[in-house]
Amino acid sequence: MSNQWPLWEIFIRSKQGLDHKHAGSLHAADAEMAIENARDVYTRRMEGVSIWVVESKHIHASNPDEAASFYDPANDKVYRHPTFYDLPDELKHM
Amino acid sequence: MSVQDLEKIFQDKIDADIRIEPKDWMPDAYRKTLVRQMSQHAHSEIVGMLPEANWITRAPTLRRKATLIAKVQDEAGHGLYLYSATETLGTGRDELLEQLHTGKAKYSSIFNYPTLTWADMGAIGWLVDGAAIMNQVPLCRASYGPYARAMVRICKEESFHQRQGFEILLTLSRGSEAQRRMCQDAINRWWWPSVMMFGPNDDASPNSAQSMQWKIKRFSNDELRQKFVDVSAEQVKILGMTLPDPDLVWNEDKQHYDFGAIDWDEFWNVIKGNGPCNKERLEARVKAHEDGAWVREAAMAYAEKVSRNSVKKEIA
Amino acid sequence: MSESTFLFQYVLHLADDVLILGHRNSEWTGHGPILEQDIAISNIALDLIGQARNFYQYAAQLSNEEGISATEDSLAYLRDGWDFRNCLLAEQTNGDWAKTILRQFFFSAHQVDLYAWLAKGNDTTLAAIGAKAYKEAIYHLRWSSEWVIRLGDGTEESHARMVRALDELWKFTGELHTPVPYELWATGAGIGPDLSLLRLKWEERIKNIFDEAGLTYPSTQWMQTGGKEGRHTEQLGYVLAEMQFLQRAYPGCEW
Repeated sequence: MSNQWPLWEIFIRSKQGLDHKHAGSLHAADAEMAIENARDVYTRRMEGVSIWVVESKHIHASNPDEAASFYDPANDKVYRHPTFYDLPDELKHM
Repeated sequence: MSVQDLEKIFQDKIDADIRIEPKDWMPDAYRKTLVRQMSQHAHSEIVGMLPEANWITRAPTLRRKATLIAKVQDEAGHGLYLYSATETLGTGRDELLEQLHTGKAKYSSIFNYPTLTWADMGAIGWLVDGAAIMNQVPLCRASYGPYARAMVRICKEESFHQRQGFEILLTLSRGSEAQRRMCQDAINRWWWPSVMMFGPNDDASPNSAQSMQWKIKRFSNDELRQKFVDVSAEQVKILGMTLPDPDLVWNEDKQHYDFGAIDWDEFWNVIKGNGPCNKERLEARVKAHEDGAWVREAAMAYAEKVSRNSVKKEIA
Repeated sequence: MSESTFLFQYVLHLADDVLILGHRNSEWTGHGPILEQDIAISNIALDLIGQARNFYQYAAQLSNEEGISATEDSLAYLRDGWDFRNCLLAEQTNGDWAKTILRQFFFSAHQVDLYAWLAKGNDTTLAAIGAKAYKEAIYHLRWSSEWVIRLGDGTEESHARMVRALDELWKFTGELHTPVPYELWATGAGIGPDLSLLRLKWEERIKNIFDEAGLTYPSTQWMQTGGKEGRHTEQLGYVLAEMQFLQRAYPGCEW
């Protein structure tokens, strides 16, 4: 039997108020151990205040081959951005 | 899409400095080169722990002991970041370790040299880590995303290593006669192996051109080596020591140091396994892995037991 | 013995325990069962050596106040075995991962209550060191407890190895809670805890984890002691020979 521990993806919140950000991955036998390993591996220099771990096999990713159909259609929808709207300078607080 | 089209898109991305990410299409040779280079680098980090870990239990002060542990621990971390990055290319750590343990994969030859005195902790930090940093900084811009990100993290941590190494040597250089002797002796032994760390001369480095085109590599071996010699030749003056190279001399025209011929025979012999410590280093890694097998198995067995029980509970 | 001597010895005892244990743990660095755990045990070693430095610095200060010059390093590197006051448990060899884990678990289960007590004790320096060390000990206890459970309840082999480790180490655990004169003095002065009370908490912690791990709490009563008064097992000599080598071979140098 292969005794390789499963791979986990590690997300770290570097300080209160920020999102958790992907830091890397590591091997651990269970979630508890993954959190502790993440603490020792990825926060040795006070890089974090909160840790999420997700077993890598549970991550589903979009397919880069479909990037064109996925992301390009957003290109021509500038009306989603506030600068699209032409308003007089006198208008404040908007 | 044809392979030619895919290859064109791929190279265009690289030329435009757009990073390649794990699920992107990439040529097999690119993937292979990366796996080889990254795992070799990871292996170097963990084999590199051994010559220094040697001295943890003999470190001469509590402060030195703590910083040395922290440094060797960082190297474990760096190995881990690199193994993780390599795993994104589809090769598991188990397989990579297997390649190391069977001698199929290489690691940096420098770690096949022995650490004989405390001054070696200083010389490794200053010269070996110094050479490594020079190699590694450009890799922070490597074309493969996970590799580049791992290198950014590593380089950030690595700078303390070189500083603590130099500090060790500086203290010795200002110490007793015996300490100064220790210091010079360590520099003498580590200098040439460090110069060799940049690899064969450019005209003898067959894979370099392709790696440069793929932006896995950004400077040639000889360029980096020259930079290392230039920097070290100045730094050694602060120690009041000398580098063991009678041909080392400033060249006003080139604005670089000239230096003596490298003993490539020794280089290739150490790579082939004839270095002073090749056998011990590999044996130590294999032993740690084999002695740890029952531990890894037990943790896995326990995790499976717990998850089975929690499923049972849910059903009940 | 004078008060200052008692205090000095008590602080040295606290320092020696964590230096020797940290030194032992650091022997794993580079040789751990998996990279992630190599990093974990090295972290614990670093915490312990950090604690040792704090205690030694305080001991050196006490010594200097008495007119006897000392530094954290002279105390760690220039005393011989009979002056070391660590518990015998700390100096025992690493053995396999099971033995190292169990040794750490026994210690951490003691240290959490010891440090919690120091943190509210009468000596302000020890209280400050204790408060910081307490947080570290809590984590070490959590980490080692989980490993005791995993190994005790993992595979047949890991269980057997834990049983063997228990057999090797149990006789050294009694000393943790058997007070020597400087500890009795510390208790009386409100500086250190009453070890008989700590013993009850310790036993409960061990029993709870052993229950989960499927390990039997030993009934053996006979315990080895002496470390806290400088009578050690053979192991300490080897630790000191290695640790103190440079300071002894090149006396009076800066490093």
